[in-house]
Amino acid sequence: MAAGSGHPAPDLVRRGAGELAGMLAAGEVSAVEVVRAHLDRIAAVDGAVHAFLHVAAEPALAAAAAVDAERAAGTSLPALAGVPIAVKDVLATRDMPTTCGSRVLDGWQPPYDATAVARLREARLVLLGKTNMDEFAMGSSTEHSAFGPTRNPWDTSRIPGGSGGGSAAAVASFEAPLAVGTDTGGSIRQPAAVTGTVGVKPTYGGVSRYGLVALASSLDQAGPCARSVPDAALLHEVIAGHDLMDSTSLTDPVPSLVAAAREGVADGIAGLRIGVIRELGGEGYQAGVRARFEEAVGLLVEAGADVVEVSCPSFDAALAAYYLILPSEASSNLAKFDAMRYGLRVYPEGVSDPTAEQVMAATRAAGFGDEVKRRIILGTYALSAGYYDAYYGSAQKVRTLIQRDFAAAFARADVLVSPTAPTTAFRLGEKLDDPLAMYLNDIATIPANLAGVPGMSLPSGLAEEDGLPAGIQLLAPARAEDRLYRVGAALEVLLLRRWGAPLLDRVPPLLEGVA
Amino acid sequence: MTAAISREEVAHLAMLARIDLRPDELDRLAGQLDVILAAVARVREAAGEDVPATSHPMPLTNVSRPDQPRPGLTAEQALAGAPESEQQRFRVPRILEED
Repeated sequence: MAAGSGHPAPDLVRRGAGELAGMLAAGEVSAVEVVRAHLDRIAAVDGAVHAFLHVAAEPALAAAAAVDAERAAGTSLPALAGVPIAVKDVLATRDMPTTCGSRVLDGWQPPYDATAVARLREARLVLLGKTNMDEFAMGSSTEHSAFGPTRNPWDTSRIPGGSGGGSAAAVASFEAPLAVGTDTGGSIRQPAAVTGTVGVKPTYGGVSRYGLVALASSLDQAGPCARSVPDAALLHEVIAGHDLMDSTSLTDPVPSLVAAAREGVADGIAGLRIGVIRELGGEGYQAGVRARFEEAVGLLVEAGADVVEVSCPSFDAALAAYYLILPSEASSNLAKFDAMRYGLRVYPEGVSDPTAEQVMAATRAAGFGDEVKRRIILGTYALSAGYYDAYYGSAQKVRTLIQRDFAAAFARADVLVSPTAPTTAFRLGEKLDDPLAMYLNDIATIPANLAGVPGMSLPSGLAEEDGLPAGIQLLAPARAEDRLYRVGAALEVLLLRRWGAPLLDRVPPLLEGVA
Repeated sequence: MTAAISREEVAHLAMLARIDLRPDELDRLAGQLDVILAAVARVREAAGEDVPATSHPMPLTNVSRPDQPRPGLTAEQALAGAPESEQQRFRVPRILEED
């Protein structure tokens, strides 16, 4: 079909990023058509899903038109030029609000772009808008957003995971072929698992944190959300790489991830050593999640992988260590929301001529939600004199043990595997009043953040008891993301062959509105 | 079982963290934090004395660059999100207590 004919393929929103890039390069479709199709889809379904906090329709169409004009003029363009993308609202965007899902930043527009966002623009991807999240990325369900929850497209009475539920739901509901998420304890991987999509947390430092509003600086990483492993690789390569603006950014060259995914499909994984982590997957894991995981491991065995069991005993203490380290770092990072230079300012009631300190306390009381207050207080406690050694200090020691466990496991296996999350998507409200139950969702994803190693979640199938997606997590040593893409892409092909059609084709027709 | 954290302690921490908590929030938070602290306290037994602490996942080295002037934000850009500004400066409530 000729570009600009006014009759684009009706299923444009169902195409993956790589496929769209090919169609755009071949002139089969225009960037404006592709972007318009996704904006129409957002208009049709986002009322039910609420993946977006902000949709930038006009700027997106203008950016798409610019790509079309340059292509028509014969300009050589980057591979993903004209492909639409959604961005988690924790990354600074100079032309869109950046709220982090918090009232404290309601309406704030940063004066600069996050490096990851700047790289999307340089690669000429088209930013559709900003996606919903738990406030300051604290949560596993997106219910802690100050602007209302996102819903899981598989069942809108259920959560889409968190904190990046908006990015995962946007991709799962065909509102965007790609999205950027951030992962501090599983916020890319767990939403991917419960929405039937692919999500990758890069090695710590692999993607610049400049302009990523910090939750826990030693844990935060931005990464790709997509509907397939090769598509995630395409986006990963765009946003990864050294950045002078982030002193923790890795200087190593980014391994070729697109090639790794291609090789995984073409050459398979025979002889690769896969380690099943004993501590992640037993008690507390839903039967259907375990069954799909074991099937996926069975496929890896059939494909010739050498599967062994590995033990990481300190992982049992990872959740406890994480919920001390994260609040500690968060309580310090969130001190910057002081009502002085940007964001919300609230004057205390009944106080004439209040001090800055009183305004600060009134603003933070009004601007932060329950979960953020809980974690700031917890972090303040863990860092306070008298408790520091017992809590924060001990948690840092556990971090050392977790790194040692990973080192020992990676001596025996090239890639480690586990279920991504212990359960499929739970119902909205189910765990809202029980913070500890909510935290347990991250039990399998947290060790990777504490150790800085990269992880991927891809769909393993639907759990038999509820028909909802489950995920398998792959973990690799630091800087070895290419292994995730090689194994992930190979496994994805094997699973697809078993299913006969992509899992997301089975998203219920509730959302099948105008596309 | 004695509580790991009391309501008074939570009130003190909230003051340190500059968050005005309402009495009902204090009641709720104190209970929840007590449960959370009881669960995370296990880190104290998880690692022996001889285990070194890790504060960061990757080895960190100091990063520097030549000290050269580069374009930055204009005053207008920097003040664009300010709750109040005056004479190209952030306008803030009074810093000092009276008396």
